Amino acid sequence: MNETLATSRHSLLCQVNGKTISAEVEARTTLLDFLREHLRLTGTKKGCNEGACGTCTVLVDGKRMNACLTLAVQCAGREIVTIEGVGTIDALHPVQQAFIAYDALQCGYCTPGQILSAIACIAEGHATDPDTVREWMSGNICRCSAYPQITAAVLGAAGKLGANRDA
Amino acid sequence: MRDFTYAIARTLDQAIATDPSRAMLIAGGTELLNWFRLGVAAPDHVVDLAGIEDLKRITIEGEVLTIGALSTLAEVGDHPAVRTHAPVLAQACLAAASPQIRNRATLGGNVLQKTRCAYFRAEEPLPWGCNKRHAGSGCAALNGINDRHAIFDWTEQCVAVHPSDPAVALASLDAEIEIAGASGRRVVPAARFHLSQHEAAELGLDPAQAETRLEPHEVITGYRVPLRGGARSAYVKVRERASYEYALVSAAAVIELENGLIARAALALGSVAQRPWRLAEAEARIVGLPPTRDAVLPILKRCFGDARPLADNGYKIAMAAGAAARAIVEAAS
Repeated sequence: MNETLATSRHSLLCQVNGKTISAEVEARTTLLDFLREHLRLTGTKKGCNEGACGTCTVLVDGKRMNACLTLAVQCAGREIVTIEGVGTIDALHPVQQAFIAYDALQCGYCTPGQILSAIACIAEGHATDPDTVREWMSGNICRCSAYPQITAAVLGAAGKLGANRDA
Repeated sequence: MRDFTYAIARTLDQAIATDPSRAMLIAGGTELLNWFRLGVAAPDHVVDLAGIEDLKRITIEGEVLTIGALSTLAEVGDHPAVRTHAPVLAQACLAAASPQIRNRATLGGNVLQKTRCAYFRAEEPLPWGCNKRHAGSGCAALNGINDRHAIFDWTEQCVAVHPSDPAVALASLDAEIEIAGASGRRVVPAARFHLSQHEAAELGLDPAQAETRLEPHEVITGYRVPLRGGARSAYVKVRERASYEYALVSAAAVIELENGLIARAALALGSVAQRPWRLAEAEARIVGLPPTRDAVLPILKRCFGDARPLADNGYKIAMAAGAAARAIVEAAS
């Protein structure tokens, strides 16, 4: 193709947490750096920055993806949801409520990614039983090893364990 | 990451016309962005295939399942036609990576990923030799920590294995890889697409750096999977944790049964060589046997005469034979 038309500076138009965002980014800017450095949405964490830990998980057009493995320019016209777009302080998302109720975090660093991944896992229909949840949440590493509680929280939020238990 | 220009190709012709000495094609980007970070590649231009709608289809035409190269691993793994007619491929796709990565990674890009050899996957400047990264610098794995490396067909220049799960399934299915290039279109059998180091050397190519038969200016456009009535299949991946990990070894089995006995078998191993490794001798010798572990495992164990394990990976022979036996049993069940 005619590469003289290509450029390293790009106008990017997308939706982030329901707001229309218009920005200029370098081609090499990842979605993760765009969210954190350009939009100051620091809820999305940078852990390994190579797709191994899952703590940068966001939803792109409803699908969970690693923001560190996505170029911002590849998100033109897409709808992105980060942890800042999930629930509010006064009205937590049911998955956030479940993570509190089931004590599914210790240090909390992986939690934004866990919650975005859990929302997708439930929407995909993969929150059916503990083994299935473990398989379909395997892209999110928890260094505090809160896996039993995370599994319970995902199943609880999916309504597979009855009402949320008390913390 | 060094900066580059970015453009979206709208047609296959635009993608093929990119200058391979300066530009790289991107699809999901799950592998490419890590190459850029490590310095494995540093192109001036990146051309995105995402605009080429023709490459996103999964269809059945007659006896052939066709999968466009831009289909994601999640789409292939979830597709009813793939799950019904080629379960080994659906299982291999869903055993790969994580749900997040499978939502981006494409089947076209997957077979072009590079080895997970830890000596290869290091940041510049490399503190050791790696002939894949720098020709002539040596192979740190040959006499280093090589428990994850090849047992078949390696050379002293490189002992890496190819990590793709779907490639192993495609090889067992006798699938073909569709390729488009400046001089037209061609197909390559999936089992012959990747090159072992020994094969590359025999072709006069660099044994460490030549990994596939894809030429510069060529693009994978899709896969053609022949569907055989009555074929059953399964993929077994052995790894150090239950999910989200590369294989120590893997095995794909496609079998047909007559009166409860194996009438035809195709077996491919993964993570034992730089290409999917078909067990042609075993495929012939298990015909007529029942698809049970007791019946096939002794035969499989005797079909590793060509293996040349390194210091740390002799375990792969027994593990691969066991994985192949399990794949046969699971395919039959």
